[in-house]
Amino acid sequence: MQRNPQLNEKGELQHLLSIEGLPREILMQILRTAESFVGVTEREVKKVPLLRGKSVFNLFFEPSTRTRTTFEIAAKRLSADVINLNIAVSSQTKGESLLDTVANLSAMQADIFVVRHASSGAPFLIASHVKPHEHVVNAGDGRHAHPTQGLLDLYTIRHYKQDFSRLTVAIIGDVLHSRVARSLIHGLTTLGTPEVRVIAPQTLLPAGVEALGVKVFHDMREGLRDCDAIVMLRLQSERMKGALLPSAQEYFKNYGLTSEKLALAKSDAIVMHPGPMNRGVEIDSSVADGPHSVILPQVTFGIAVRMAVMSMVAG
Amino acid sequence: MKLPDAEKLCESLAAELRPKLTSKTAMIGLYTGGAWLAERLHGLLGLKEPLGLMDIAFYRDDYHAQGLHHDPKRTRIPFDVNGRELLLVDDVLYTGRTVRAAMNELFDYGRPASIALVVLADRGGRQLPIAAQYCGAKLDVPAGMRLSLKREADGRLALVLEAHRAA
Amino acid sequence: MRLAIRNARLIDPATGRDGAGDLYIADGKISAEAGRVDRTIDAKGLVVCPGFVDIAARLREPGFEYKATLESEMEAAVAGGVTSLACPPDTDPPLDEPGLVDMLRRRAKALSRARVYPIGALTVKLEGERLTEMAQLAEAGCVAFSQANAPIADTQVLWRALQYAATFGFRVWLRPEDAWLRKGGVAHDGEVATRLGLPGIPSFAETIALASALELVRATGARVHFCRLSTAGAVGMIRVAKREGLAVTCDVAIHHLHLCELDLGYFDSNCRLDPPLRSQRDRDALARGLEEGVIDCVCSDHTPVDDDGKHLPFAEAEPGATGLELLLPLTLKWGEARKLPLAKSLARITSSAAEVLGVTTGRLAPGAPADVTVFDPNATFRVSPQTLRSQGKHTPFTGYELAGRVRYTIVDGNVVYEG
Repeated sequence: MQRNPQLNEKGELQHLLSIEGLPREILMQILRTAESFVGVTEREVKKVPLLRGKSVFNLFFEPSTRTRTTFEIAAKRLSADVINLNIAVSSQTKGESLLDTVANLSAMQADIFVVRHASSGAPFLIASHVKPHEHVVNAGDGRHAHPTQGLLDLYTIRHYKQDFSRLTVAIIGDVLHSRVARSLIHGLTTLGTPEVRVIAPQTLLPAGVEALGVKVFHDMREGLRDCDAIVMLRLQSERMKGALLPSAQEYFKNYGLTSEKLALAKSDAIVMHPGPMNRGVEIDSSVADGPHSVILPQVTFGIAVRMAVMSMVAG
Repeated sequence: MKLPDAEKLCESLAAELRPKLTSKTAMIGLYTGGAWLAERLHGLLGLKEPLGLMDIAFYRDDYHAQGLHHDPKRTRIPFDVNGRELLLVDDVLYTGRTVRAAMNELFDYGRPASIALVVLADRGGRQLPIAAQYCGAKLDVPAGMRLSLKREADGRLALVLEAHRAA
Repeated sequence: MRLAIRNARLIDPATGRDGAGDLYIADGKISAEAGRVDRTIDAKGLVVCPGFVDIAARLREPGFEYKATLESEMEAAVAGGVTSLACPPDTDPPLDEPGLVDMLRRRAKALSRARVYPIGALTVKLEGERLTEMAQLAEAGCVAFSQANAPIADTQVLWRALQYAATFGFRVWLRPEDAWLRKGGVAHDGEVATRLGLPGIPSFAETIALASALELVRATGARVHFCRLSTAGAVGMIRVAKREGLAVTCDVAIHHLHLCELDLGYFDSNCRLDPPLRSQRDRDALARGLEEGVIDCVCSDHTPVDDDGKHLPFAEAEPGATGLELLLPLTLKWGEARKLPLAKSLARITSSAAEVLGVTTGRLAPGAPADVTVFDPNATFRVSPQTLRSQGKHTPFTGYELAGRVRYTIVDGNVVYEG
């Protein structure tokens, strides 16, 4: 088996490509470092000089304003220079290959590539071709992984629940197409969460999902019982076209989170969502804006987590 | 080499500081040894303002060479630094780089009226134009040795000298 | 030209013969006696056996000359000891017109390397809609008809195609795969694809298509060979069909005997293959099926792909691996793992493969065409782009240390390769 491409020979974080395969200690180090950065983001001056003189290239082969913005803010708060490239509409359409694009940018003295790509594994390909002083941070690849989102979810759960070793966490919705779900599942199991559940109809679950270490529920009411944390996944409207689901209404009826269903979880359960939300499709507004929702703190923590990741890989 | 008793140094530092306290005085300790010393001094002096604790990891000048390889602690300054007369506390003053980083970080919190440096020991070897206003002891420590503060299980503080760990 | 190969370990899988001896070649045929000899090859420590028959090797002409040329791939073939090869019709344009087939055969013949047997397209442009002019294609030299990796979605078209082929006794080679179930998939629909977030191709994409095709074979009496089985389920179905007396044959690609989904590692695009690498259980069933003869033969499924086609994210990478030069060592590796006598292992790339192809080579009987391979079963090499003659340098076996090096390849009585 190959060496884990994310770690250098000393076992330190060289790239962040996937939560899978990262040792527990590295995950905890990221979470603890992020906590220190939360302190920074609460100050008047929200900037530290750590990455002064370094260049962060946001390479978005698939457009995502929200994720790109959070990486941009994180990089700027570390005093790095940020260059945003929306490759979806530039070189790729001119027929330049992925590796040519990266080689070109590398010649512009990049230190960190933040990569979003529609193809699973694209950041691994890039990481295997960059120079030793260049670092790759995966900002979402296909259905495979979205490690910084997974980490900010872990951060949020830890913030509200402290210890993972007694928790029941439910992930609800389109697990099949979700990189967020895969990253979070790996993170939760690595940190010793005793019960991770996925709740979805068969059409939205990948083959052999149990092998990831989760318990499968098709009945949402049954799956929500005694949960400490509930993670709702975004359902894209194109899923109605491919014979995966009959309609958004029927989906909401069976798998949408309402106050009535939420009452089945523990009374102090938290509700999370990676955003952007489809109100009335996967989540009811009364829940999204209700007292159990930690959806906005997730966004705040996301910046600190990305600061932690960038400062750890580039060091 | 015989090291002075840290507990005694603490008391003499407190005695030296006590007459200088004003209503604007506040104290900040630098992790890890400086924080222990600051906690002790803060108690001995009975300061009203809660103690600030600072980790300068994000302001170090050796990040490019060393990286961020330990777990930085969260800096918590529970008061407004603007207009304060700050006592910045560290265990050992050596190159001066930690103090430089700490001052940079402090100024991201605001503009204090003054900063005075309080250290338990000054071991020489300065690389920056920095000096301690309050110093428990001046020690001549050879370059290959590391002088630091330890906190025993019973809470007692002690200076220790050890060979520098090979990187 | 008369040739004597002396001090050899002669293996003729067709008869099971395995022993010391000399082999004589005269006028392009295996000869019973030495007579006057023009050249003597000392084969001490070497195995002498029929030249290998690879029933699936893409030469990439016409249309994909940037990936490989007839020259480069014919060199690779003889360097791998392959003396006969069948090439699938998925060229550009596909082999759906007699003129194309004729030109390919003439080009190949002019190179005087291995014998090339084109497989004609079953439907025009491989689109699965209209039948090709099979009789004319057969006249031009097509030995069978296939869809390569493009399944016929419309079962009625498949039925008609088998009826028509059966009318003239043409062989049809089908890779069983349901066009709808494979749609969008790039890896075996299982644990690894789930982990890596790759769209899956379920095992039943193969078994459902195979079940339909077997029903159509029963209905039409067509002579069908099933290509590149990848699942344990399909092996079981062929076992039952053969027991029932159905005249079907099948093959497996050499990489499916050794690799499984776990070899994808961190998105290794060299493992992007069609059909996909499946589970360990499937791999073991294929290896056993080949031993038991349920699977008739093994092929390289040689597919040269250039760097531009492989230096891509897994799902976007072009499927296929180079294999002509690895057919022998990987067949030996399979035989060794299953503790088979050498004659039995070699049968799967000589006599049995020749039977599937319907040719008279693949044996050492006097009078048979003198296609012979001489190899050193103990000489090892490390697989690397430098050690491969094929223009296709991508294979999941890169870095493997393999035993079995070809020393001489003889086609039609002529030494075409010396290593």
